Amino acid sequence: MKLNINGKPVDVAADPDMPLLWALRDVLGLTGTKFGCGAGFCGACTVQLDGQPVRGCQTPVSAVGTAQITTIEGLSASAWGRKLQDAWVALDVPQCGYCQAGQLLAAEALLRTTPKPSDADIDAAMSGNLCRCATYTRIRAAIKQAAAA
Amino acid sequence: MSASRHAVLPSEGVSRRAFLKVGVIAGGGLSLGWQFGARASVPGALSAFVIIDGDGRIRITAHQPEIGQGVKTSFPMMIAEELDVDWEQVTVVQAPGNRAVYGVQVAGGSMATPTQFDRMRRLGAGARAMLVEAAAQAWGVPAGEITTGSALLHHKASGRSARYAEMAEKAAWLKAPDPKTLTLKSPDQFRLLGRRVPGVDNRKLVTGEPLFGIDARPAGMVFAAFAKSPVFGGRLKSANRAAALAVPGVMGLIDIAERRDLKTEIDVPLPGIEVLPQGIAVLATSTWAALRGRDALACQWEGGDAAFQSTAAWEAAAATALKQGPQKPGFINEGDALARLAGAARRVAADYAYPFIAHAALEPMNATAHVTGDTCELWLSTQTPEDARRMVAKALGIKAGNVTLNLMRSGGGFGRRLMNDVAVEAAVIARAAGVPVKLTWDRGQDFAHDWLRPGGWHRLEAGLDAKGDIIAWHDHFISYGRDGVLDPPASIDRSLFPAGVIKDYRADVTVLPLASTLGWLRAPINNAFAFVTQGFIDECADAAGRDGLEYRRALLGEGRSIPMAAEGGAEGTENTGTPYHTGRMRGVLDKAAEMAGWGRTLPPRRGMGIAFHFSHLGYFANVVEASVAADGSVAVHGVWVAADVGRHIINLSGAENQVQGSVIDALGAALGQRISFADGAVEQVNFGDYPLARMDMAPPVAVAFLSTDFPTTGLGEPAYPSLAPALAGAIFQATGKRLRQLPFDTGLLKA
Repeated sequence: MKLNINGKPVDVAADPDMPLLWALRDVLGLTGTKFGCGAGFCGACTVQLDGQPVRGCQTPVSAVGTAQITTIEGLSASAWGRKLQDAWVALDVPQCGYCQAGQLLAAEALLRTTPKPSDADIDAAMSGNLCRCATYTRIRAAIKQAAAA
Repeated sequence: MSASRHAVLPSEGVSRRAFLKVGVIAGGGLSLGWQFGARASVPGALSAFVIIDGDGRIRITAHQPEIGQGVKTSFPMMIAEELDVDWEQVTVVQAPGNRAVYGVQVAGGSMATPTQFDRMRRLGAGARAMLVEAAAQAWGVPAGEITTGSALLHHKASGRSARYAEMAEKAAWLKAPDPKTLTLKSPDQFRLLGRRVPGVDNRKLVTGEPLFGIDARPAGMVFAAFAKSPVFGGRLKSANRAAALAVPGVMGLIDIAERRDLKTEIDVPLPGIEVLPQGIAVLATSTWAALRGRDALACQWEGGDAAFQSTAAWEAAAATALKQGPQKPGFINEGDALARLAGAARRVAADYAYPFIAHAALEPMNATAHVTGDTCELWLSTQTPEDARRMVAKALGIKAGNVTLNLMRSGGGFGRRLMNDVAVEAAVIARAAGVPVKLTWDRGQDFAHDWLRPGGWHRLEAGLDAKGDIIAWHDHFISYGRDGVLDPPASIDRSLFPAGVIKDYRADVTVLPLASTLGWLRAPINNAFAFVTQGFIDECADAAGRDGLEYRRALLGEGRSIPMAAEGGAEGTENTGTPYHTGRMRGVLDKAAEMAGWGRTLPPRRGMGIAFHFSHLGYFANVVEASVAADGSVAVHGVWVAADVGRHIINLSGAENQVQGSVIDALGAALGQRISFADGAVEQVNFGDYPLARMDMAPPVAVAFLSTDFPTTGLGEPAYPSLAPALAGAIFQATGKRLRQLPFDTGLLKA
């Protein structure tokens, strides 16, 4: 099976039913995408397909087709991604940091469509991504800082 | 103390002498670390905390487990401050888990900062003193005339300067100073401590580099899942092995026999840790295939120690105990609460309850192990690396010294990773597999096999005097234990407010039987007691017709030390016997009220609540402003937190993050978290039925740290407990309805 990951074609020897999360992590060794709940509740496995945030644990590799996959390892290729990464580092968003890859991919998709998000926009775009350490105050601030950068 | 607070954490402070130990490193450079005890250190095992290369690199070792509390940044900051280097000049290196080399490595009880702040600073000061001495000898000038800064040495009179790197090799041949003789900076000399310093792993986190235990991929590794009974101690009745082996990617099955002989010397002992459950390990080419194989086994289980457990039965038993009276009357009995109640001008009574809750760290429990002969290598996210080594060694029948532990960043701990059950399972499976194995639990197993915060019930009665002040306090506390004894995380003792402050204080106890595992969860015990105690104080204030802030101020009284809070006393030399100080508590109470504008007029169905709590040596108060919609739903509009954790904040950014996170975490717990049992097993399976706080419910949280002339203490936990009661107070002001049970049933709040 051929996938396009972070701008590069990749051959993946995986069961077609295997969720993209596990193809990335276990087959390809791209461990930046995280396993949290396996059921679409937490958003730790958020990646983008053609720019849309999706749950890696709920997306069989066979359903990806020719869509461009963006993972946290490829986020720096996006101008918004770099702004978000810089804001995340500068505002010291992470505590444990485990959810932050998913948070960033959700935030990048938000800013690409809504460059000046309101609090309500941020709530709507980000409430699917759990942060067990509850760094929400800083995630919100970092999105706003990236939007202003 | 307080085994009840945070288990028995190890100490090196008083009993174990520590020496600074110097070393010369290849290429010419200085390394400085600690040697514990009088024995010569193991060759090649120098605990190098500070390494200054001849080429100018400055490396500082982070030895504590990083679980999101920020120690991988804050501990090296303590060293860098006294070393007198710029933070940008420092590279932080993560140490492996090895107590003989690095000293105590435990993330628990918010005790790392109070017990090790001084020692970390002396490491930096020691290395600096040696560099100064080396320069003094090289230049033939008095050491006292040499100044430092930004990794530079300078002698003003002669105009000579040198980089640390130039003096590193010479310094390495000097005798290490006696740490007691070193002069530490005074706080006004701090250039780094107290600043906002972003976490050292932030860039790696935002680019997806592997850091966590679950990211480990040693060569030749296979993936594993482990089928085991959802009921603690359950036995395998049947399994469909052929179906599991037919799942594509499944490589094999390994039967694991139950063991109950694993009790060993560890720092955080709890009932249950010595058990390796019976089960079937599934080895596969991916975690997904392993989990599918586990499901295909369709294991049937029977029996188990915990088969009797059911929330409905426990609730009935608690109701019976409240009706018929406690099993252990006068479990704590200070003064004569019953007589004072009988003579009180007024009596107030209420029943409170809270459920089991789970840790639910976002990184699922996992461990990677490779067993070769009589050695084992582990890649592990853990709060207690030394315990993991000992447990695994015991299970494998090898020496703990033969267990190499790569200490990985933890995707959350909250107390769950004090326990290393998953590491024991992985090691036993890996030995049978003969190759490196990564074992991952899925979310359902995380809930099913957690070490839960115990639930409890309190029937409270207070006696008020003519002014309405509380003169007597009587609690009937019901929680869980074994053999008629409360489990440590379910305990009650004299260190818990208001014992000590209210002189006539009595707690009766009833123990409900439990056979599964209880553990320590963020601000254990306190996270439930603060809700009960502060809520009931509100009720007393209300009965007296008095304001909640003024009433609490009166209750605390004049600033004084009350010798009741021995928590932390065993661990921290400077904190030994630390009393509860009512003045420090009033300080944060007043500050939080001032920040929030306590007493402001609010619109209908909007209210403010206030609460305080002392735990883990930290004093916290907060005010919550919340509104309640007509359908009963609660929105929190702001939280104002005042904290007193002593003289210094190490890293202002990390400190503020801990407090904000604790508050929002506690908000999520108050509004929805509950673990229940049926047929012996936990009923919740994922975040769908165990909701965590989300972005759309997270309020702004303002934080103020008061600096007081007391030892610096930890921050990972003590901000959590006072949120729920302050929220309950706000809801009461908004609706007139007092919520006495966690999680809040907002259905009771409909207009």
